[in-house]
Amino acid sequence: MSALTFSLKNRPEQRVDMSPLVCQKLMGMEPAEIAAMTLQNGRRKVRVDELFKLSGSDAQRIVIQNSFGKLDFIGKALEGGSITVEGDAGAYLGLGMTKGTIHVSGNAGIFAACEMKNGMITIQGDAGDFLGAALPGNKMGMKGGIVIVKGNAGERVGDHMRRGNILIEGNAGDYCGSRMTAGTIAVMGQTGRYLGYAMRRGTLLLWTPPQLSASFNDCGSHTLEFLPILFASFRSLDSKFSNANVAFNRVRRYGGDMSELGRGEVLVKI
Amino acid sequence: MIINGVTIDATFAEAFPMKATRAIITAQNEKWAMISAQAMTGFATSVIACGCEAGIERVLGPSETPDGRPGVAIMIFAMGGKGLAKQLETRAGQCVLTSPTSALFAGIDDGKKIPLGKNLRYFGDGFQISKVINGKRHWRVPVMDGEFLTEATTGQVDAVGGGNFLVLAESQPQALAACEAAIEEMRKIPNVIMPFPGGVVRSGSKVGSKYKALSASTNDAFCPTLKGMTKTDLSPEVESVMEIVIDGLTKEDIDKAMRAGIQAVCDLGAENGIRRISAGNYGGKLGPFHFHLQEIMA
Repeated sequence: MSALTFSLKNRPEQRVDMSPLVCQKLMGMEPAEIAAMTLQNGRRKVRVDELFKLSGSDAQRIVIQNSFGKLDFIGKALEGGSITVEGDAGAYLGLGMTKGTIHVSGNAGIFAACEMKNGMITIQGDAGDFLGAALPGNKMGMKGGIVIVKGNAGERVGDHMRRGNILIEGNAGDYCGSRMTAGTIAVMGQTGRYLGYAMRRGTLLLWTPPQLSASFNDCGSHTLEFLPILFASFRSLDSKFSNANVAFNRVRRYGGDMSELGRGEVLVKI
Repeated sequence: MIINGVTIDATFAEAFPMKATRAIITAQNEKWAMISAQAMTGFATSVIACGCEAGIERVLGPSETPDGRPGVAIMIFAMGGKGLAKQLETRAGQCVLTSPTSALFAGIDDGKKIPLGKNLRYFGDGFQISKVINGKRHWRVPVMDGEFLTEATTGQVDAVGGGNFLVLAESQPQALAACEAAIEEMRKIPNVIMPFPGGVVRSGSKVGSKYKALSASTNDAFCPTLKGMTKTDLSPEVESVMEIVIDGLTKEDIDKAMRAGIQAVCDLGAENGIRRISAGNYGGKLGPFHFHLQEIMA
């Protein structure tokens, strides 16, 4: 069976809510039924086949071709299977997903991996603001799984993050790890201002020395035993993080944010 | 059955169901992993008075351990799950947490999860950090030499305890030499431990005693100095008897270990003073697992 493929015919002016097109909802449906489903497009409801050309039938493997940045909620609450996005993804990619994989060949919009519970998201390009964060007003962001960003990430990465790993090969914007409760954010490139702002617990793992605020205290240089295990868990990933040469276990540890609970840490490679 | 002049008795060893777990202790080097492992498995020869039976299963190379450091696999056996969990936690807290550079990991992923470092984390007084790696929760507990890293839980599985055989020899040195040779071979078998000192017991017991307070007492039928005073099981030329007790994850594991051990003893043979191999047999009163010596050596 070939992958169930949605090929975008034309780019609509208004944003499209793609949340109905997830593996678990399409399982067992006939192609005609899928074509007749409706998607919210701005104020209008449009049939799937009005926007997309359909082919293939394996609903456990969904491919979205010619995707662009106004296709929102791709993989929302995904419970298994895989979604491949050829092109850019809009906002809320993988919102609250519990299982499965999402691969985006381009960039992802704001709130990617927002409140994600498990599974894996790989973004070949850049991710927007609030990667792995909580929805506005909510207190718990990402709760599990792995997010790989091969480009750069925007501001507020992991805002209110609770568990899981966010791996950024490029740079992260301002307020990275803000209000984090737990989990790990690893950034190979540069980080912006206000790193770990109001973080309670959690780990920010950095390859490049950051600009730290005064509410982070130097805890000295250390060899940490958990790091080799953490890096070993990345070995199978399609990412620079899987490369044994980028791994380290010797770090400078900074504790903070002391203006909050202060049990978080920034670990900088030395 | 006679192998190399050694008589294999037509009898069986009797074993009983236990609960078991395995933990992996790593450290900066093998020396310190072994020191911690020896402490953790100390005073754990018999469930009768120690609360558990524990031993070192084998030394692990850096490629076999979760953190890539030298390590030692230890196994603990107890009569019930509650007792096992208590012993594991107490021993881990006193012997691994305290040991320089150590880290502690689960050695069994199957079965019921029991706390390994789950409660030891509170030693961190709020500074402990949880990390879920590959779906397994680890705790980083700050200690004076750096951090104590421990997995939160390990697996508890059904197991078999009390497999055994007796080595009957013409002298004490010959009995001990034979047992040492047996232990060396048996330590190569996975999933088993020989919990007594050096793997060898010189005070085999029988069920019951003339004293009401005791549930077990010396196995007088195999005590060479009592040959003329009790219903002995020893021939005149036997001057020393030693026992090897085996706990294993399955009956098959104990079968393999017994076979390896008995074969090593028999390889020394009658010319080294080894007369007989027998086993602790309590007429089927002790447990449901029977290890027939002649079947094992067939």
